[in-house]
Amino acid sequence: MSKINHSTTERVGVYVCHCGTNIAGVIDVEAVAKWAAEHLKDRGVVIARDYKFMCSSLGQELIEKDIQELGLTRVVVAACSPHLHEATFRVACQRAGLNPYLCELVSIREQASWVHTDKHAATEKAKAILSGGVERVLHHAPLDPLHVPIHPATLVVGGGIAGIQAALEIADAGFPVYLVEREPSIGGHMAQFDKTFPTLDCAACILTPRMVSIGSHPNVTLMTWSEVTNVAGYVGNFTVTVKKKARYINTDLCTGCGICQEKCPKKVIDDTFEAGLGYRKAVYTPFPQAVPKYPVIDDVNCTYFQKGTCRACEKLCPTDAIDFKQEDEIVTLQVGNIVLATGYDVFDARRVAQYGYARLANVFTSIEFERLSNAAGPTNGNIVLRDGVTVPQTVGIIHCTGSRDRNFNNYCSAICCMQSLKFAHLVKERTGATVYNFYIDIRTTAKAYDEFYQRVLDEGTIFVRGRVAEVTDAARMPNEEGKLIVQVEDTLAGRQRRIPVDMVILSVGLEPRRDSHEVAKLFGISCSSDGWIIEKHPKLDPVATMTEGVFVAGCAQGPKDIPNSVAQGAAAAARVLGRIQQKEIALEPVRASVDESKCSGCRICNGLCPFNAILFHEDRMVTEVNPALCQGCGTCVAACPAGAISGTVFSNEQIFAQMEGLLLHNIERPPMTEGVLA
Amino acid sequence: MNDTFEPVIIGFTCNWCSYRAADLAGTARVKYPPNIRLIRLMCSGRLDPTFVLKALTSGADGVLITGCHPGECHYLEQNYKTLRRYLMLRRVLTQMGIEPERIKLVWASAAEGVKLAQEITDMVEQIRALGPFKSRYPLPLNPPEVAHVQPTAERGTA
Repeated sequence: MSKINHSTTERVGVYVCHCGTNIAGVIDVEAVAKWAAEHLKDRGVVIARDYKFMCSSLGQELIEKDIQELGLTRVVVAACSPHLHEATFRVACQRAGLNPYLCELVSIREQASWVHTDKHAATEKAKAILSGGVERVLHHAPLDPLHVPIHPATLVVGGGIAGIQAALEIADAGFPVYLVEREPSIGGHMAQFDKTFPTLDCAACILTPRMVSIGSHPNVTLMTWSEVTNVAGYVGNFTVTVKKKARYINTDLCTGCGICQEKCPKKVIDDTFEAGLGYRKAVYTPFPQAVPKYPVIDDVNCTYFQKGTCRACEKLCPTDAIDFKQEDEIVTLQVGNIVLATGYDVFDARRVAQYGYARLANVFTSIEFERLSNAAGPTNGNIVLRDGVTVPQTVGIIHCTGSRDRNFNNYCSAICCMQSLKFAHLVKERTGATVYNFYIDIRTTAKAYDEFYQRVLDEGTIFVRGRVAEVTDAARMPNEEGKLIVQVEDTLAGRQRRIPVDMVILSVGLEPRRDSHEVAKLFGISCSSDGWIIEKHPKLDPVATMTEGVFVAGCAQGPKDIPNSVAQGAAAAARVLGRIQQKEIALEPVRASVDESKCSGCRICNGLCPFNAILFHEDRMVTEVNPALCQGCGTCVAACPAGAISGTVFSNEQIFAQMEGLLLHNIERPPMTEGVLA
Repeated sequence: MNDTFEPVIIGFTCNWCSYRAADLAGTARVKYPPNIRLIRLMCSGRLDPTFVLKALTSGADGVLITGCHPGECHYLEQNYKTLRRYLMLRRVLTQMGIEPERIKLVWASAAEGVKLAQEITDMVEQIRALGPFKSRYPLPLNPPEVAHVQPTAERGTA
């Protein structure tokens, strides 16, 4: 093979790291450095050294000294993965006065010494990798990171406990927060609950003070009955469009007295807050402690909107706050960061047809039971059957409904075990009924959870290990008449059982919001195939997303309990506050740009960008890439038939040069010898 | 097949998933043959089909293309474009008389170091079985411009 013919005037320094024995144990690092000094001399290499630990301060000083004394214009370090130490060596170069983007770190540890056992072959591969790095770095250009100012305001989407926590933390630190909630009130699912495990404190008692703080906080702008419809911009400078749906209530005049709700003649089944067990009016607040206190008029059910008559609320409102002419309002917000706390939906129990939900009256879901047992709920906290009066004598609680099930969701919903134990305790305490828990495994892993399990065991709840096959009302025995029969294989006893009960509670799992994929698309982030939002790193960066400036908290990221949701809300707030305090953020200058003189205006690239960074100028018939929106994926670069688009850090020249280096086209070599990789 | 033939494979990885899978294979000390040399891109969507042709004409015996799983792309959906280009490339290679098995597309998440290592191992064996890549057309080894790589002329020598 011939040698590539273009010459270079650059002065390249090559540094090969031993990494103790991590690299040197397999690769002959001294031979690699010597080879580079000898064979890559024509390629600009003026010095090639090996050193025990390049990342140590002494190793870094070695580079800095050479830059200053030998006048290096490029640096290549052959060591570990760039994801580990690229920043280290870039900063070292910068300290010595060399632009950090003229330094290239190539991985001979993760990609050679750790994955290969043949020392000779690994050493030859290390030479090739190093050669690729040298060729590539010759095509690097000095770059400056993009400095972006951070707008101090933050958007929090979702007013459940995670969003409330995030908003309060940021607001308490003195920065403005917009909290956008789709429902008429904040509070989320937690507001529906009666007790919270494992301490059994009342959900409303611990939640409502937080809700009130949000409502009255000078730094929080609360926007309920509102939805985000568009997000433009990038970290530090998002422009968010919010649709405030018409409440038909003038909130400047409304005092929240509740007379309209009292007088409204139209009763509607409340599918949202009361889970279909109770009624609300056509003008309503979801629950008495709602924040904000202003009601909304449900125009789909309101007699005035449907038939043009009634207007009872308008006549009786003491402050004339009813405004039937109100229209949706579009608001534009400027924010620097976004926290998504959009929560979850519960699994639709009708999908497990054999459990009979919605067919057998006394099969309830966990959310329905929460409302049944809630003192402010439709039965004032009395645990009764669907007829509204009969107290159950026996109750069966079925765990893992829709979770850990190949037919529905493979994952564990994390909260159902504890929720079921809580139900068992409440049923026992309030009705004295016999309680069966049907479980696959009991998962009580957080603080004080297993103690709660022990407590429920001690209270006499019966635990049957096995997945329930069927819930039926078809009696076979006299004692099954008029009952629901739970058919289950008791895997500990090793036999089939039929257990007659009066009431069945399905502990339904958590699912991503039905619109999570659309929401993810709106905010430019990604979801797993299930629909949970993907975090930047599952362990080390659980609240950041792959999109700078967009954070996630609570169940939007995956099923979790209240303590974990609160922790994530606070963690996301801490990340946002860090950003705001820094006032600006440096972004990698990996961006695409169009050479207008080459652009033919074919517009092939126009449809490829998911970030809307590509603009087409109709007047000049050329395309332009907005560097502020461009994320640097390079898809348009690859697609341009005219080669008019180039990507900094990943240009064609850099990639081709690296390829030639990897294939050792850059050196004069003897004919191929046996056993040596071409 | 020549027992001493050691194929050279150029692999393209995306910065977010498959490069991290390669890192993880290293951290977990999973072994695979040393015949592959990786080039990091930001996204598999950056893969210009000419990269593959250039690698083959420059001495590689096979090209591995890797990226995030569909639906998990860091850039939302760009790996679908990679998939389209890959399918097109296989057809183009076939039309040029080149075994389409010389290129391979693998999705590997950042957690799939073992999977990536296995796919590399399989591919090395596959290319070893195919033998060294010898173009049926006399191609310039170091074309001055990429645009000239495609073998349009001298078809008669095939």
